[in-house]
Amino acid sequence: MTADRGKTTIRRSLAALMLSGLAALAAAPALATTPTSVATATSTCTPDTETACIGVLVLDPENNRIADADIEITGPEGFSEIVTTTDDGLSAVAVTETGKYVASLDATTLPDGEELGEGAETEITVTAQMGGTARAAFRIGEDTAVAPSETASSTGEGGLDGDGSTPAASSGGLKADQVWTQIGSGLRFGLLLALASVGLSLIYGTTKLSSFSHGEQVTLGAMLAYVTMNVMGMPIWLGAIVTIALCAATGWIQDAGIWKPLRKRGTPVVQLMIVTIGLSIALQYFIQLAIGAGTQRIITSNPETWSLGPFTLTRASWVSMVIALVVLLAVAWFLTRTRIGQATRAVSDNTALASATGIDPNKIIRIVWVLAAGLAGLAGMLLGMVFGSFNWMMGMQMLLLMFAAVTLGGLGTAFGALVGSLVIGMVVELSNLFIPSDLRYASALLILILVLVFRPQGLLGRAERIG
Amino acid sequence: MDFLRILEQALGELIAPTTAAYALAAIGLNLHFGYTGLLNMGQAGFMLLGAYGFAISTIAGAPFFVALLVAIIAGALFALLLGIPTLKLRGDYLAIVTISAAEIIRMVGRSTVFNEQTGGSSGLTGNSFKETFLGLSPLPDGRSAIGPLEYLNNGSDSWWVRIVAWSVVLIAVLLVWLLTRSPWGRVLKGIREDEDAVRSLGKNVYAYKMQALILGGVAGSVAGVLFVLPRAVQPDSMGRSMTFFIWTILLLGGAATVWGPVIGSMIFFSVYMLLRAGMRSALPDAVSSAQIEQIGGMLVGITLMCLVIFRPQGIFGDKKELSFNVR
Repeated sequence: MTADRGKTTIRRSLAALMLSGLAALAAAPALATTPTSVATATSTCTPDTETACIGVLVLDPENNRIADADIEITGPEGFSEIVTTTDDGLSAVAVTETGKYVASLDATTLPDGEELGEGAETEITVTAQMGGTARAAFRIGEDTAVAPSETASSTGEGGLDGDGSTPAASSGGLKADQVWTQIGSGLRFGLLLALASVGLSLIYGTTKLSSFSHGEQVTLGAMLAYVTMNVMGMPIWLGAIVTIALCAATGWIQDAGIWKPLRKRGTPVVQLMIVTIGLSIALQYFIQLAIGAGTQRIITSNPETWSLGPFTLTRASWVSMVIALVVLLAVAWFLTRTRIGQATRAVSDNTALASATGIDPNKIIRIVWVLAAGLAGLAGMLLGMVFGSFNWMMGMQMLLLMFAAVTLGGLGTAFGALVGSLVIGMVVELSNLFIPSDLRYASALLILILVLVFRPQGLLGRAERIG
Repeated sequence: MDFLRILEQALGELIAPTTAAYALAAIGLNLHFGYTGLLNMGQAGFMLLGAYGFAISTIAGAPFFVALLVAIIAGALFALLLGIPTLKLRGDYLAIVTISAAEIIRMVGRSTVFNEQTGGSSGLTGNSFKETFLGLSPLPDGRSAIGPLEYLNNGSDSWWVRIVAWSVVLIAVLLVWLLTRSPWGRVLKGIREDEDAVRSLGKNVYAYKMQALILGGVAGSVAGVLFVLPRAVQPDSMGRSMTFFIWTILLLGGAATVWGPVIGSMIFFSVYMLLRAGMRSALPDAVSSAQIEQIGGMLVGITLMCLVIFRPQGIFGDKKELSFNVR
């Protein structure tokens, strides 16, 4: 195959990818037929797999809400934020670290005529759990004997029912809408995970390298999105294009600067793997240096939720899912219908045979690195938006889930990565229903180990001797 | 003078208990990777398990040596569990499984479910499990100085911890030296070079790999005990970065050498300290201390990359011993 034809084809495919992404952006609003907001109007936080909410309210003896009282919430890692209550809902703040938070009521900000009763609490400790809302309700006035101090709803948006006077602990029993919510989140997470892991799988397929720095490629996407959209103030579409272009460029630079020379030298794959570990450490600290060790938000406005059938997700989630789906379809089309894609699969299958038929494996591998880095960047950007916030560890956490997905689907098979990701995404979110949310990633890793025991070639992999 | 103080700090790092703990963990990893060719990416998991085993059984009332035994058994069992499914598979499967298993241990350790045993994400404080170890000390109370280094005789950051830690490291070095020049060690190296050839000689490759994995894992879990003795058990401080640092240390000193992990650890920590302390005093206003840590971490990553690319045998290694590939 000539280089020229290769270039035009790849350009065409990239253009198709981009166009389809934009089309998806435009089409997304039409999808949600009933843009209802589930959360109470005044709530400023939607609990999510990566976000926990802490809601505060101040009640008088008749269970009326008192507005305009300031409550300071402090928590782990120096978290501190002041929330002002309203009279028609729960004022909430989003946090990204689970753990104990202390809400302290500033008594001087209570409206005139309202005073703290005898022995009333001004400090309530609550435990924030991912995907739930922990509440702190302060009572003022005389009758302060029984203050509902802490209720943490277990999952989903159910916690924000807005009725603070009878806070019900909903930890027991599986509710149908809870299951639907988790399935929705699982689909969303699976699709985004697939975006990232398809690249990992392609790299593995063509070079037999398990790239440990792929997680940082994901974080890089979120970081660049944050820098372009939030710090530099670009509009979302422009920021997205710049982010993806820069991420893809890192793939090109890496292959040109590191991997191709090492391939030429015949460095064993084990050593290459350790190089990716070094790269991963360096990138991790670089990202920390660039955006700090705390969490960052790409989009700072309050998330709006849309419902479609039984699923209720934020607008960003719906848009991301559509983009992910379209891009994944485009990748599938690229791999099966274009010459470059077919050549890629040929190289994955048998590099020596592919090069004997006139395919230049180095060129294919270069394309795979660019594609993988670009897709990882896109995944990181979308994940950062969907989860509300991200930090430098995001990719590191994702990496093992990607490995799990790729192994589950069958190492090196791109479609296996897609199937594996959807399963892993679903497992991660659904396991929320049965085990504490801080163990949900562990469940995915357990699956990974079980797969290796019983079906090491993965779901779609070819059974061959791998020992 | 400032420069002297920095040198002193770097010198202190040479014999610090943490350096010894990393050296021991790297010795274990050396058995895995250097001699047998196993890609263990979860050495920090072995360490964390050892630390938990030791601390939790001490808190439950076990005497020191029983607690140590618990840590050792925990490490051995973990190695067995990981080895059964993966040692028959290609090498990089072991890498993925070990790194995942180490993460599972960390997640379970920091989860709220076992808060009572493990203390959740805040971990177990040092004072809750240190008494039995400090009680064994024959040293009189007070402070002693050797050259510019002065520490308490007994306590968390003391001569007693240093003496014990380095004695353990020396014993491990001796063991590795004896083992690797025995027929058993030659079989291990044979497996590293060509598994099928060894199999054709009638050796049970699987069993040998398993033995190496367990031995190295036990070294890791004892290293975990050494690591937490001067501090607390904190699951988040024993995650993937720790494993990667151990790898850097091993490759720096030289895999498949007896002294490589020890020298690697000493050089790694003293240079790391020199760099950070140097930056801190040279640019006190330009960068914050958090940024210095981050720049230091970046340099570690770049060092690891350059080492593997330009000198995969490390400082002491033999390049011929590291030309193998995992199949």
